[in-house]
Amino acid sequence: MSSLRQIAFYGKGGIGKSTTSQNTLAALVEMGQKILIVGCDPKADSTRLILNTKMQDTVLSLAAEAGSVEDLELEDVMKIGYKGIKCTEAGGPEPGVGCAGRGVITAINFLEENGAYDDVDYVSYDVLGDVVCGGFAMPIRENKAQEIYIVMSGEMMALYAANNISRGILKYASSGGVRLGGLICNERQTDREIDLSEALAKRLNTKLIHFVPRDNIVQHAELRRQTVIQYAPDSAQAKEYRALAEKIHANCGKGTIPTPISMDELEQMLLDFGIMKTEEQQLAELAAKEAAKAAAVG
Amino acid sequence: MPQSAEKVLDHAKLFHEPEYQEMLARKRDTFECPASAEAVEAQREYTKTWGYREKNLAREAAVINPAKACQPLGAVFAAAGFEKTMSFVHGSQGCVAYYRSHLSRHFKEPASAVSSSMTEDAAVFGGLNNMIDGLANTYSLYEPKMIAVSTTCMAEVIGDDLKSFIQNAKKKGSVPEEYDVPFAHTPAFVGSHVDGYDNMIKGVLDHFWAGKERKAGDTINIIPGFDGFCVGNNREYKRILDLMGVKYTLIQDASDQFDTPSDGHFRMYSGGTTLADTEAALNAKATVSLQAWCTRKTLDYIGETGQETASFHYPLGVAATDELLMKISALAGVAIPEQLTLERGRLIDAMADSQAYLHGKKYAIFGDPDFVQAMARFVMETGGEPTHCLATNGTKAWEEEMRTLLASSPFGGDAKVWGGKDLWALRSLMLTEPVDFLIGSSYGKYLERDTGTPLIRLTFPIFDRHHHHRFPLVGYQGGLRLLTTILDKVFDKLDRDSEVPAKTDISFDLTR
Repeated sequence: MSSLRQIAFYGKGGIGKSTTSQNTLAALVEMGQKILIVGCDPKADSTRLILNTKMQDTVLSLAAEAGSVEDLELEDVMKIGYKGIKCTEAGGPEPGVGCAGRGVITAINFLEENGAYDDVDYVSYDVLGDVVCGGFAMPIRENKAQEIYIVMSGEMMALYAANNISRGILKYASSGGVRLGGLICNERQTDREIDLSEALAKRLNTKLIHFVPRDNIVQHAELRRQTVIQYAPDSAQAKEYRALAEKIHANCGKGTIPTPISMDELEQMLLDFGIMKTEEQQLAELAAKEAAKAAAVG
Repeated sequence: MPQSAEKVLDHAKLFHEPEYQEMLARKRDTFECPASAEAVEAQREYTKTWGYREKNLAREAAVINPAKACQPLGAVFAAAGFEKTMSFVHGSQGCVAYYRSHLSRHFKEPASAVSSSMTEDAAVFGGLNNMIDGLANTYSLYEPKMIAVSTTCMAEVIGDDLKSFIQNAKKKGSVPEEYDVPFAHTPAFVGSHVDGYDNMIKGVLDHFWAGKERKAGDTINIIPGFDGFCVGNNREYKRILDLMGVKYTLIQDASDQFDTPSDGHFRMYSGGTTLADTEAALNAKATVSLQAWCTRKTLDYIGETGQETASFHYPLGVAATDELLMKISALAGVAIPEQLTLERGRLIDAMADSQAYLHGKKYAIFGDPDFVQAMARFVMETGGEPTHCLATNGTKAWEEEMRTLLASSPFGGDAKVWGGKDLWALRSLMLTEPVDFLIGSSYGKYLERDTGTPLIRLTFPIFDRHHHHRFPLVGYQGGLRLLTTILDKVFDKLDRDSEVPAKTDISFDLTR
């Protein structure tokens, strides 16, 4: 068990977490690693690109059918995908009812107890959105993921979410072994994106592990329910994911305890980078525009 | 009013007085929208049919009278078996009141446990502050040597992480850094009290053993499992092991905690496995679990330390005791003493003496998986048939083992195994396929009333009879107690069935 490496991907919803994690894991499996994916998102789309189809049999959907999670067998919920990657999805309740957080706890306990973690080198958790409650913090508890990778971009809300996730990690890092592995920037082509990501990484006492450039080939692959690694193994984008995979592989034990910042500090940072403007700046710009208009008329 | 200071009527008689009968009838008619007596009677008759039985057994959406309790009850019981240990249940207060009353009502002894008293704000913000304050209060008010933390559903739903909470509480100075606070997550909506027992024992062992090097010695660890008869049984285990001259550690022993004397001195804590012994148990040669279904995770964990493990299903009767003694004899390298061989012979002699009254008797048995398994085996040893074997907390694997056991004896041929079913299902089974006797806990008394089948109380919880748990059921000596308890019912029934003068009393015999 000691050699088992557990990592988790967190990030704002829609940031490309599942795409990034699956491409990275597809690259890791090429490096000869045995991998288990634990999808912790009620939408159950953390393994779609690896399985080349959407996972139908989530732990919780089967448990609901069988009446209890105790009635399930591991084989029912574990599917084998690209190059032998083992795939599981926690699943969850219908939107608006029940408790998805408890669902994550139930599913992870089931997988652990039934030997899903035996005979793998990597366990990767792909977790929805923010650390919204105790259930979604399950992967960062003691003896679970050692390093957390936050997928983000140069957008304000993505930065905000990254900071928030760091706060969640800090809660557990001070008493346990979980560490922040680093930030992964999924390019959105916002202004000074890489600078901003590096600056935030520094403020959070971590590093920007990799800057994944935007490339339409990701969408092409995704439409075919494939990773870029599988769809276009020789593409430049595939090389980027391989580079990311190697960096994560080499990052074992190099995680840090994050130092999240306040909302004011975060906004100040955006001001400093000229991404956000102060009210005075906005007013001055408006006045200049009005003046220009007046001059043109005159 | 019928009640007066001069002539105080007992509760049992008081409500039979006309004043109360009228009041209850008025209440029924005014508030309960009662169906007619005929309709009630027709429904009662319908529930006795095979047609209703089929519907009842196919029932999925509701459980009626499950014969099991929740995980934290098992955890609280487990913690009570360690030296000066206070159970701390992280969650809502009412749950903890239930564990305490449940144990008190059975053992007729005080049962101490504290709660972190989570309310709505704790459900929203997490229960860390409750843990910090609660541990500090428990430590200073009740001066335990160890605080064993378990959880109720509330803490589990919101995902409170005990390990980090306890570490944070220690950092805040609730208890000293080196103070023993083992823990176990015990979601009440998963499994049953036998799993809670398992989780807590594993939690305690992991607390003392983690990161330590095992130096294999020659002692044997014994884990008794969740046992309402621990007071009598654990003392019997110790007597047997002492007779054999085995070096052993009973891991988890609540026999003194739930049997304190009245001598003017209140003992919040009494007896239990010492913390030093618990820690040293890592170095044992082997661990023997006496109730396999109560220790599944614990035994896996112990096996990983390199210790040999063995498990049994509650040693009731001759063959089960034989197997246990032979295993311990082999593990410890000691002979089985003459005394025990004598006891074995005496039990067999007693069973043979009563054989005529036991042969062919049919039983319904319910309770925890290990108990039902052991009881069915003993019943078959007496020539009885365990017609209905039911464990609400019995798994598919348990059902398999049960079927193998039943197939091993000609008396098990017609017996059926019912894992996951409740006592309302057992009611249908007993009404359609009647048996002679029902063996289980006090909860069986409603089945006794509805089906007319005499109930033999032999497992936890026994609320309505006193002190049975003080006498052992296990081993050869315990087998005698088991045998006489069953026989008393057999003879009582025989007498009741033959007591009408000049009608049925041809067999109302003085000598049986």
